[in-house]
This record gives sequence, structure tokens and C-alpha cells, in this order.
Amino acid sequence: MRVALFITCYNDTLFPETGKAVVRVLERLGHTVEFPAGQTCCGQMHWNTGYQTEALPLVGRFVAQFKGAEAVVVPSSSCVAMIRDHYPKMAAEIGDAKLIQAVEELLPRVFEFSEFLTKRLGLEDVGAYYPHRVTYHASCHGLRNLGLGDGPQRLLRAVRGIDLVEIEGLEQCCGFGGTFAVKNADVSSAMLAEKTTAVLNTGAEACTACDNSCLMHIQGALHRQRTGVRTVHLAEILASEEAVPR
Amino acid sequence: MSRAAELTVLDPTTSPAFPVAAKTMLRDAQLRKNVRHATEVIQNKRARVVGEMPDWQQLREAGRQIRTHTMANLDFYLEEFERNCTKAGGVVHWARDSAEAKQIVTALVKASGSGGEGATEVIKIKSMTTEEIHLNQALEAAGIHAYETDLAELIIQLGHDQPSHIVVPALHKNRQQIREIFQREMNLPELGEKPEDLADAARRFLREKFLRVKTAVSGANFLIAETGGVCIVESEGNGRMCLTLPETLITVAGIDKVLPRFQDLEVVLQLLPRSATGERMNPYNSIWTGVHEGDGPRSFHVVLMDNARTEVLADEEGRQTLNCIRCGACQNACPVYRQTGGHAYGSVYAGPIGAILTPQLQKMHYAQSLPYASSLCGACYEVCPVKINIPEVLIHLRNKVVEQKSSLDPEALAMKTMALIFRSEKRFRAAQRLGRIAEAPLVRRDGQDGGWIGWLPGILGGWTQVRDLQEMPKETFRDWWEKRGSRGN
Repeated sequence: MRVALFITCYNDTLFPETGKAVVRVLERLGHTVEFPAGQTCCGQMHWNTGYQTEALPLVGRFVAQFKGAEAVVVPSSSCVAMIRDHYPKMAAEIGDAKLIQAVEELLPRVFEFSEFLTKRLGLEDVGAYYPHRVTYHASCHGLRNLGLGDGPQRLLRAVRGIDLVEIEGLEQCCGFGGTFAVKNADVSSAMLAEKTTAVLNTGAEACTACDNSCLMHIQGALHRQRTGVRTVHLAEILASEEAVPR
Repeated sequence: MSRAAELTVLDPTTSPAFPVAAKTMLRDAQLRKNVRHATEVIQNKRARVVGEMPDWQQLREAGRQIRTHTMANLDFYLEEFERNCTKAGGVVHWARDSAEAKQIVTALVKASGSGGEGATEVIKIKSMTTEEIHLNQALEAAGIHAYETDLAELIIQLGHDQPSHIVVPALHKNRQQIREIFQREMNLPELGEKPEDLADAARRFLREKFLRVKTAVSGANFLIAETGGVCIVESEGNGRMCLTLPETLITVAGIDKVLPRFQDLEVVLQLLPRSATGERMNPYNSIWTGVHEGDGPRSFHVVLMDNARTEVLADEEGRQTLNCIRCGACQNACPVYRQTGGHAYGSVYAGPIGAILTPQLQKMHYAQSLPYASSLCGACYEVCPVKINIPEVLIHLRNKVVEQKSSLDPEALAMKTMALIFRSEKRFRAAQRLGRIAEAPLVRRDGQDGGWIGWLPGILGGWTQVRDLQEMPKETFRDWWEKRGSRGN
């Protein structure tokens, strides 16, 4: 399959390893990967903070980049939630009939990375090897907006060598919430403290998720507290192989 | 003394912004422990009884449809209610706003009472609508003392406190704290700390009021247009006492409380108790229609209050807020509420529903920090029995807040600049390079794991209060992709 990647502004700039891992996994599975260079941002930060007018032009940009793609894979559950939940409404607001139709046609082909593997390809074992104790954090958007269910955990359970330990309060928000983390820094920190305590209680070496934004938040506190616990995007675990242990 | 007790009244027009009030609450370890414990207990009970219902999702959908239909035809159903209530012997009053509602109720109370003398006391069955308009203070100013009879409201009143939850107003208090309040305020130094002891003290204290006071003020869970009836659900029986014993009953209800048909209760009376307190049914479900010779109050009034609800109704996207049946499930499920409790919201309506209802009831002039008091995690939407898409309304209201901002606001300027950057690949790449240069002076390299930023300036400093930030990698994904070439390594 020809798979177009939407790496998202956040991953592109701050977490390039996640994008590379997505490429590795998809190519290992025999797919052809493309990266439309004109892509930038889905507009989530603007939209969710109330800057609707500013977010609107990004819909047209996204459609122009990915129109005609067989599948669009995105390693970020919150960006997919943004696209799926809001793009139709945004296109309608712009009022361009062609754009409305293009969004409608494109949306069924846009997948969050783990969702693409489990739901579109019907895979659980992608041939990964990761001999570490890992806990999984269910990001709110993946859990509630995308309905990923236990898909990510099924992928993780099929990884050779992994010791997957469940976190307490799996469905509890980590407190990131985009600009919420700075606008309500104190509440966000209190929510984060609960989450990092839960991570540490698992005794895991690493915490994984389908969204680097939650992970950056969790990682920030784990590093500040000198815990030695890492965060790693799900794609990076799935990209690891026995020949090249990471 | 707890922080909460220092508050005089929850008024959105004078309350501090949410982040400020939340900071205060976060320092109150006892309050946070109480709130967390209580919300966890209710949430678990709720999950259990909701799990028993194979048709829960259909029930939610039915609830959503009933409420949406009602809001779309609110004028029709309100007039139908007025007609039928009047026919049954009730008197309907219309109040445009809080001031009018208080005036009407005060006048009605003054005209009530036995022996031709105006009443100086009323008993009350919990009503968040009267809390919304600070009715007790208005009555007090007119020389009328209101006794709250709901156990939680009694605790709040005796503790000179404010409600922190729409269903469990004293959820932020634990048993020891309640005992102390009762010991002090009821003059019972020997009072034990078992739940029975506390319930017994409250019962003795309230019985005397029920039998003596001849005028009652109630809220309403639902108004039924088809019959002109009013419905209240409760757990303690105090409501039933207030609704049946006094000679005069005055019900204050928001115009959003109406249901079209008696049969609609079938749906909402399944959704409400399960969502609110995790019970299959409320112990007391009272429906009263007008007045009846020799039975119950001799005069019955309903004050239908707008207080900005028609403005909410006029907003297509915000309208679903009025579908709320006041179960409080969103509060219990909200991770933000769980950390701060209700008082941080500066309004009687706290938690996610408060975050969308309060600013709208204030016509977006006050409480503008509330739409941001959420991480948009969606837990509130998931549990809402009438499927109010609270995250969607929060985002909609954030847009309204932004629209009221000056274009010179630093946040607005930053957001506009970033939006401009995202509209061009070239500008985006330049910004990525610039970011690396700008962060360089802040990056520390003291470990084995690369560079980290431990301090950020301005509003971003909120991030580095408790978190570090990893430095930007040298190479973006797109740089790597270009170097690699489209055909692999």
C-alpha cells in the first residue's frame, strides 16, 4: 500500500525519532511510504484554545497535501481526533463545497498509527523486539475520541521480550491538555503528579503512548524528579528489532 | 479554618479567575483528599448501576432527544406548563432575572404565614437555582431566615460555607468536620461521630423546623408541561416534608427545567439517579400538581426564572448546555474538579457543566477563565446522561472569549503569528531553525541524556514549574527525510 505520512508539527520538530520509527515499521511491513513536504500543522492548538479563525486555513492545506492518498497515517492520537472531529465542521464553516466534499472523502482514509495497524491492516504482531519493562498510558483523545480500545496494548503484548505492566488509573488524564498545561499550570501539575506516581508504581523502565504530547508532559516531570524512567512513543517500540536492540 | 469557609458567596462577578482560586484550593490537602474520596465512591457506584443497564446508550440518546426537542420548543412547553399549573390551582410567576425572582419570592414569603402575619422563616429543600441567585441572602436582608433542610445544605449553612457540588454540596467535608460543625452550631458537645449519630442530630434539629415553619421554598428537578406538575427527587425525605407540611409552597425553577410529557419522566428518572448518586432510583420521588383541599399546602406558587437562559438558548452551539438535568456526573468524572473541588469555579455550578453554564449565564462578561478550566479529556461527555458534548461547548466558548480579546493581547499576537507560520512550509522550517537558536541559552547539559531546559520565561514558565523540557533535536523529521531520499537509506 502507498501510505502518506502526516508527521505533525510537534513530532517533526521535537520528536523526529517517532516519525522515523513509523517509516521503519511500515516499510518493514512492505508498504511504500510518502511524506508530502508541504504539510505543517493540523491546527489543534489554535482550534482548542479558541483561535478558530486562525485554524481554518489549515484544513485546505491538509486536504491539498493528502488528497488522493490511499491511506494517511498519523503518529498522534490527538491530531487525528482534531481532524476527524472538527475538519468537517471547519470545512462547512469555510463554506467551500469542494472542500467539504474533499474532507468527507479523505477522512475515512486518515488513521492514527496504531489504529492503522490493528484496524486497517488487522495486525497485532509487527515483528518487534523490546526487552524492557513498559507501561502504557492511554491518551484521552485516543481513548475517547478515536475509540482505540485495547488496540495499542494488543500490539505491545505481541512484542517479543517486553514486560508490559498495567498502570493504575489508565483512563485518567495526565493533565497536559495543550495550552491547559500553561494556562492552568498548577492544576495541570497536580494531575501530572498523580500520573507520574502511577507510572513509578508500576516499576516500568519506560512509559509509552500513542501521543508524544502526553509523553513530553510526563517525561518532563520524570526527568525533573531524576527518576531515570523514560518515555517512548509506541511506534519506536514497534520499530525495534532483535538484530538492533535499542 | 478551611479556605472554603472564608468564602462569603460564590458569585462569578466577583470571584477570582479559576487558576488563581485553584491555586488556593490545591494547598488544602484535607479538601483534596475529601473530594477525591467522595468522587471516587460515587463514580464507582455509578459505573456499577450503569453497567446493569443493557440499554444505557439508548436511554442516553432518548434523554438527549427529549431535552433537545424541549429546548427547540421551549416557549410552547412553558406556556403549556403555565396553563396546566394554573388550572390545577397553582400560581405561575415569571422572572426575567435574579433581581426579579428574589423580589417575587420575598413578597410571596411576606404575604404568607399563619394568622395574617407575614412569615419570618422559611424551610428550604435544596435548590441550586436559588443558590444561583443568592436567595437566602436576599431573604435575610428582608428579615426572613431560611433553614436549609437537605442534610448537605444544612452542613453548608451551619458551617457558613458554600456548596461545592450540585448534587452533593458538602462533598468537600469529611465526617469529623461535619461533627465539629454540628457540635458547635447545634450545641451538642457530646455528639458521637458515627453516621447514625450525625443523622440523628440533623433529624432532631430539622423536625422542629418542619413542624413549626409554615412556608417552604423549593427547587424543581422537572416541570411537566402536560400536567402542570412539579417533580423533585431526593434521598432523605426532607423534601417530602417541605412539600407537604407547610401552608405555602413556593417553587423556584429555571425555565430550562420543563419536560413535555409525564411519560418523559420514565427516561429521566432512570438517567438521573444512576448518574447522580449511583442509585437505581431515588428513595423519594415527589410530583405535585396544584393544590388540593385538606391535603398539602393551601397555596402554591411557581417562579419561572430566565436569568440569561434565553441568551443561552439563542446560541446554536451553546444551547445544548440547557439540556443538563443537574446530575453532577461530569463533576465526579472530571480530573480538574477532582483536584480543586467546586469552590475554585467561583459559581454554584462547578466542574465541567459549571465551566460551560456559568460564563453563558453571565452573558460571557464574567467567568471567562472557566472555559479553559479543562484539559478537554472528554470524561465529562462520556458520562453525561443526556450526551451534552461539553468539550465541544468549551471550545466554542473559548472562541467567544478570544473574540472579546484585544488584538494586541500577547497571546492573540503569538497565536496569530504561529498560524501565519503554519500556512507556509518555508516559514515553518525557518521557525524550526529559529526555535533551536532561541532555546540555546536556556539549555543545560549536565547529564548523560542530552540537553534539558529547566526554566522558561513568561507564561511558558508554568511548564517549567514542575517539568523539564528536552532540547530540540538537531535534525527535524523532514530534514532527515530529505537527506534519506525517497527510496530509503
